[in-house]
Amino acid sequence: MDDRRPASAYITVIGRDRVGIIADVSRLLADANVNILDISQTVLGDSFTMIMAVDHAKATLDIKALADRLEAQGRGMGLSILVQHAGIFDAMHRI
Amino acid sequence: MPKGRFEDFEILETIRMFQEEHLDVRTITLGISLGDCAATSADATCRRIYDKICARAERLVQVGDDISREYGVPIINKRVSVTPISQVAASSGAKDYAVFARALERAADAVGVNFIGGFSALVHKGFTDSDHRLVAAIPEALATTEKVCSSVNVATTRAGINMDAVAQMGRTILAAAERTKERDAIGCAKLVVFANAPEDNPFMAGAFTGAGEPEVVVNVGVSGPGVVMSALERHPDADFGELADIIKRAAFKITRVGQLVAREASKRLGAEFGILDLSLAPTPAVGDSVARILESMGLERTGAWGTTAALAMLNDAVKKGGTMASSYVGGLSGAFIPVSEDAGMVEAVECGALTLEKLEAMTCVCSVGIDMVAIPGDVSAATISAIIADEMAVGVFNNKTTAVRIIPVPGKGAGDRVHFGGLLGSAPILAVNRADASRFIARGGRIPAPIHSLRN
Repeated sequence: MDDRRPASAYITVIGRDRVGIIADVSRLLADANVNILDISQTVLGDSFTMIMAVDHAKATLDIKALADRLEAQGRGMGLSILVQHAGIFDAMHRI
Repeated sequence: MPKGRFEDFEILETIRMFQEEHLDVRTITLGISLGDCAATSADATCRRIYDKICARAERLVQVGDDISREYGVPIINKRVSVTPISQVAASSGAKDYAVFARALERAADAVGVNFIGGFSALVHKGFTDSDHRLVAAIPEALATTEKVCSSVNVATTRAGINMDAVAQMGRTILAAAERTKERDAIGCAKLVVFANAPEDNPFMAGAFTGAGEPEVVVNVGVSGPGVVMSALERHPDADFGELADIIKRAAFKITRVGQLVAREASKRLGAEFGILDLSLAPTPAVGDSVARILESMGLERTGAWGTTAALAMLNDAVKKGGTMASSYVGGLSGAFIPVSEDAGMVEAVECGALTLEKLEAMTCVCSVGIDMVAIPGDVSAATISAIIADEMAVGVFNNKTTAVRIIPVPGKGAGDRVHFGGLLGSAPILAVNRADASRFIARGGRIPAPIHSLRN
C-alpha cells in the first residue's frame, strides 16, 4: 500500500542541464501556491529530466491556467514543462 | 484525486505515447437527436436543426480543448453526429433535401466542429419517400458543403441486402464524383455505404446518431497505431501468443485514455456517456500507420500473403485489450484500413503488393471495409454497385459491420495519383476488374437474410 500523500498533478520538466532549474521551477510553483510533494530528477549527459508530484488543491490558478503559465515561463527558460492532471496516469497505469 | 503515486517510468511512458507515438483521442463526437426538429416546412426544419445543434454543441470545442490541456492528452477532432436526416425531414414536404445539408454545414461552422455526420438514410429493407429524396440529394449536398458527411445503410444481417439500394448507390457515387470532379471527386470521400451500420460510431464519414440513442450522447474514438507499432518493435522475436499480449496491453492503455476523456466530456457537456470506439485509425503522418504494424510482424509489404492472418490477429487483440479497459466499447472498434490515409498502404499499392481484391479479403477480419480507395473515373456504376454488393455480403453473412467508401476519380486512371489533403491524404488509383456485372445488378430486389444455423 502506497501511503504517500497522493499527488493531484505531475509536472515534467525537460531541458538542457544548468544550475538553478529546480530553484526556478519551484519559484514558479510557489508563486501559484502549488505544493511540491516529491521531486525526482536525473541528468544524462547534459540533458535534464525532472518529475514533480504536486498538490494543486490550493493553487491560485486552475490546472489549465497553471499549465499555460508554466509552459510559457518554461519556454522563456529553455525548458519544456508539461503539467498533467494525475487522473491520466491513474487511467493508464492502474486497474 | 487518484490514490497513491505514480512512478517516473509510468509518467514518462505516458508522455512518450502522446509525444512520440501519436497516441491521441481522435475524436469526441457529440451525438444529438434531431427527433424534435421535424416540422412541416423545410425552412422551419432547417431552423430547428440549426438551433438545436448550436444549443447542444455550443461548448463542445471548448470542453475538448480544456480536457486536452488539463490531462496533456492530444484531442484531434471535435465532431457532431445527428439523427439520419431522412427521418428528420420526412414531414417537411421539401423536394430538395440538400437544403438540410446546408443547414448542418452552417451549424457545424457555428459550433466550430470540422465534420458533421448524419446526412443519412437507413434503407436496408426498403426506401421511404423521404429516403428517396435524401439519396437523390447526396451529390448536391456533398458538392455544396465541406463538413457534412453522408452515409446510407443498405444491408443488415437481419434484413439481407437491398440490391435496389446497392444499384442506386453505384449511380449516386458516380454522380457525387462528377459534381466534385475539379477536386479529385472529394465528395465521395464523405460518403459511406454500410452493412450493419453502428448507431453510435464516432468516426467520420460514417457517423450518425441512431434511433436507440439518448437525447445527447458523447462517443469517443481513440486511436494509436503508433503505440502498438512501437510496442511490437521492442519485441521483434515474440511468438504470436506474446504478440497478442503486447497488443492487448497497448490497447488497454489507449482505451483507458479514451474512457477518461469520454467521462470528463460527458460530465462537462451534460450529456450521457455512450461508447468508446477503440479503433486503430491511421493518419498520413509517419509512424501512424496500420500497414506498418502488419509489416512489423514480419511481412515485407501489406498485401503479401499472410496479411489477412496478421490483421485478424491484430484486430482481435485490440478488441480484447479494449473490452478489458472499458465496459462500454462500441462503434466500429477495430483496425481501419483506409488506403489514402495510411502511408504504408499507399506504398503497398504503389509497389503492386496490395490490390483491391486483397483489401476485400482483409475486410473480412477488421472494421469497416473498402475505405478511401480511389479507382478510375470510367468504372461503370454497375461495377461500383457490384463492389458494394460484395462488401455488403462480407458484412451481412459474417455478422459484422462493413462499408464502402470508394472514389471514382473523373479523368484519371489506374496508377495516377489523387490528393485530398489533410487527414484524407493522397493515394494512387487502384485498378478494377472490369468484367461486367450489370445484369446481376439490374435484377433488383433483396438478397435474403442469411440463415443463422448450419454455419460453415
